[in-house]
Amino acid sequence: MKAAVVTFPGSNCDRDLAVAFERAGFDVARVWHKDTDLPAGVDVVGIPGGFSHGDYLRCGAIAARAPVMAAVARHADRGGFVLGICNGFQVLTEAGLLPGALMRNAGLKFICKPVALRVATADSAFTRGYAAGQVVTYPVAHHDGNYQADPETLAALAAEDRIAFTYVENPNGAARDIAGVLSANRRVLGLMPHPERAADPALGPTDGAAMFRALGGILAQA
Amino acid sequence: MALKATVHVMLKDGVLDPQGDAVRHALGTLGFSGVQAVRQGKVIELDLAATDRAAAEAEVRAMCERLLANTVIEKFSVTIA
Repeated sequence: MKAAVVTFPGSNCDRDLAVAFERAGFDVARVWHKDTDLPAGVDVVGIPGGFSHGDYLRCGAIAARAPVMAAVARHADRGGFVLGICNGFQVLTEAGLLPGALMRNAGLKFICKPVALRVATADSAFTRGYAAGQVVTYPVAHHDGNYQADPETLAALAAEDRIAFTYVENPNGAARDIAGVLSANRRVLGLMPHPERAADPALGPTDGAAMFRALGGILAQA
Repeated sequence: MALKATVHVMLKDGVLDPQGDAVRHALGTLGFSGVQAVRQGKVIELDLAATDRAAAEAEVRAMCERLLANTVIEKFSVTIA
């Protein structure tokens, strides 16, 4: 099973994400934002956290129009898995691969701390290693994590069980306490908290490792 | 003559603007007590090679839809001069 991790100018969680995939048994290819194709046989694309293109215009806006994102969109259209974390979530919303938008935190402050998250659905390749309702701890590190969408979109996300994670204590003003959402086919996940930063016992809590193991488990069966 | 486009991007009505609210609060701290609301947006100026106003406006509106504004949360207006 093979993962590709994209690097944009200003990405800073790309290596952490690659290591988290490797620890779960993935072969990892590193992909540059100007690449026009993904390596052959990629099962999952990781869009990492960071400050792509300096957050110019809007967080993730420039990266979402990078050449590699057309290849990521084709991969998603084929039913491929995509995981966007933090800035990667912002990139996926800007690219239209996930609904909604990430706005400035309601408190206007950059928030960098571990947060408790409720696993809102276990019905996805990413969250099947958790029980629905289980509380896990991942770090957050963002200035623009305030998830917003129009009321119809929010209602549809809830009705279709596409809210993947919610904050136990909302740190940023996100609508419905949303920390992460799934695409309609449940194969694209974007979330603000960082599972890849909670996946190595040498660095603290490891609640995030189960996401990478679960994804690897699905692919190993395939 | 080459044209200049000015794009105003603002949050849609009803979308909370915490930055605008912080600016309003700071103005109040400075003694400007009559400010009831502040909305903060962006102005983007483009120098265009185009000389046809209608075509230029259509192209800039396409730029807004595809990049300059996030129409999930933002609205935009285009002025060609």
